[in-house]
Amino acid sequence: MNLDILSFENVTFTYDTEDGTVLPAVAKVSFAIQPGEWVALVGHNGSGKSTIAKLMNGLLFPQEGSVKVMGHTMSEETLWNIRSQMGMVFQNPDNQFVGATVQDDVAFALENNGVPHAEMVERVHEALHQVKMADYKDHEPHHLSGGQKQRVAIAGALAMRPKLLILDEATSMLDPQGRMEVIETIRRLRESTGLTVISITHDLEEAALAGRMIVMNEGHKHVEGAPKDVFKRGDELTGMGLDLPFAMRMTHLLQEAGVGLQEEHMTEDKLVDELWKYYSKA
Amino acid sequence: MMEKMIFGRFIPGDSLVHRLDPRAKILFVFLFIGIVFVANNAIGYALLLGFTLLIVFLSKIRLYFLINGLKPIFILLIFTFLLHLFFTREGDLLFSFWIIEIYEEGLRQGIFISIRFLVLVFMTSILTLTTSPISITDGIEILLGPFKKIKLPVHELALMMSISLRFIPTLMDETGKIIKAQMARGSDIGSGPMKERIKAVVPLLIPLFVSAFKRAEDLATAMEVRGYRGGEGRTRFRQLDWRLADTLSFVLLAGLTAVLWYFRT
Repeated sequence: MNLDILSFENVTFTYDTEDGTVLPAVAKVSFAIQPGEWVALVGHNGSGKSTIAKLMNGLLFPQEGSVKVMGHTMSEETLWNIRSQMGMVFQNPDNQFVGATVQDDVAFALENNGVPHAEMVERVHEALHQVKMADYKDHEPHHLSGGQKQRVAIAGALAMRPKLLILDEATSMLDPQGRMEVIETIRRLRESTGLTVISITHDLEEAALAGRMIVMNEGHKHVEGAPKDVFKRGDELTGMGLDLPFAMRMTHLLQEAGVGLQEEHMTEDKLVDELWKYYSKA
Repeated sequence: MMEKMIFGRFIPGDSLVHRLDPRAKILFVFLFIGIVFVANNAIGYALLLGFTLLIVFLSKIRLYFLINGLKPIFILLIFTFLLHLFFTREGDLLFSFWIIEIYEEGLRQGIFISIRFLVLVFMTSILTLTTSPISITDGIEILLGPFKKIKLPVHELALMMSISLRFIPTLMDETGKIIKAQMARGSDIGSGPMKERIKAVVPLLIPLFVSAFKRAEDLATAMEVRGYRGGEGRTRFRQLDWRLADTLSFVLLAGLTAVLWYFRT
């Protein structure tokens, strides 16, 4: 009956503050994520998106409402079972690297879940191949770039063969090249395995790649929809401290300057294509 | 001096000694430390020295590299030698000048103690030089396994060790960055009188501590999300493999003990 891979139903969470001001970090938030989707959860600092990340993996439990993962309501009893079915990649590439070498790190979750040795070797190998890091299996973390470390972290999650992968600001500390590597890896994985991905980010450039966007503002769900539609609310998003993708801002500026572009472009490639066409017509 | 220091370092390689099981190597070194005290005469010490040189040869670590890397230790060695040389007053008087008197027994003791010291330092260095820190941790975890029965948190200790080792380079990098950041703000590290230099360390340590705690918290979250619940019901990715060579190394050690015992006076 319940097909959602993850759902929030009227979730409210308030942090205790010392000065007594009670401001819910997350207020009555509901959304559902279907298998195979790529959903971007965006919002500025303090919008409640990191609290949502913590609610997703059971580091926090909602005070009101419920969080369901694959039909199970998140609670102390179901927590470990749920965690074994979802992978999560965090912001800082260094602070989530547990193993002494790449393969040790990938095996960490498998060790924790008591997977037998022979199967473990096979799964580590497979996961490293999926992120194209198999050649680095004996490398130590300090010899890897940020992007490579994040790919190892993704492999560590994949080794558990999860149904859901959550990227919690996973690209925000990377250089442009590392960011491309990670995004490319996710895109490829989705094509080959149909993995469900939730990326929590404040980077709308990255969010534009998702199939659906959920915009958070001050603890509330502000708007939800396809990136194309969400971006139409240009000024509204900028008002919440979010930066529109470069291609979109460029399109707007060109239109203002009297260049007759027909469409809103979310990627640079498409903008460049239309500019070529425009140029050859003129 | 620190760069050349090889105490506690690991040199990857593919020698007979490198390939031994870490459990075998740790036990071997511990037993060897005991066996060293069986020797009590020239033949015994010569045998110990020869045996150690044989192991160095088998480990394919160049003797020159080993000696060069252990230079700071030699200062201690020479000091011990001189101490024995000057302050033992037994046996025949060999040499006398002003207040210095050297006795035969002093010379003997000095040489013996120096050899004992040298042999111990060489052996323990070879253990760390030929075994990666993570293998040593694995070995210790399994060797201490029986102590789990008396509630010694063996798994936790081993995990702590491996995480500390894992974070050494990360924190070194960080220290470098903080030093540069403080220097950019005009702080002067590494010059001036001792008191000033100690004071200059504080602005390095505090940011390092803060960030280490932050890292620890992140790491704990990441570990928990990846299903870490302590040692119970955990399997191991790294498997240790006890082979014939490991058993033979103990046969060799038993042989040495027997010969030392035979020549003991």
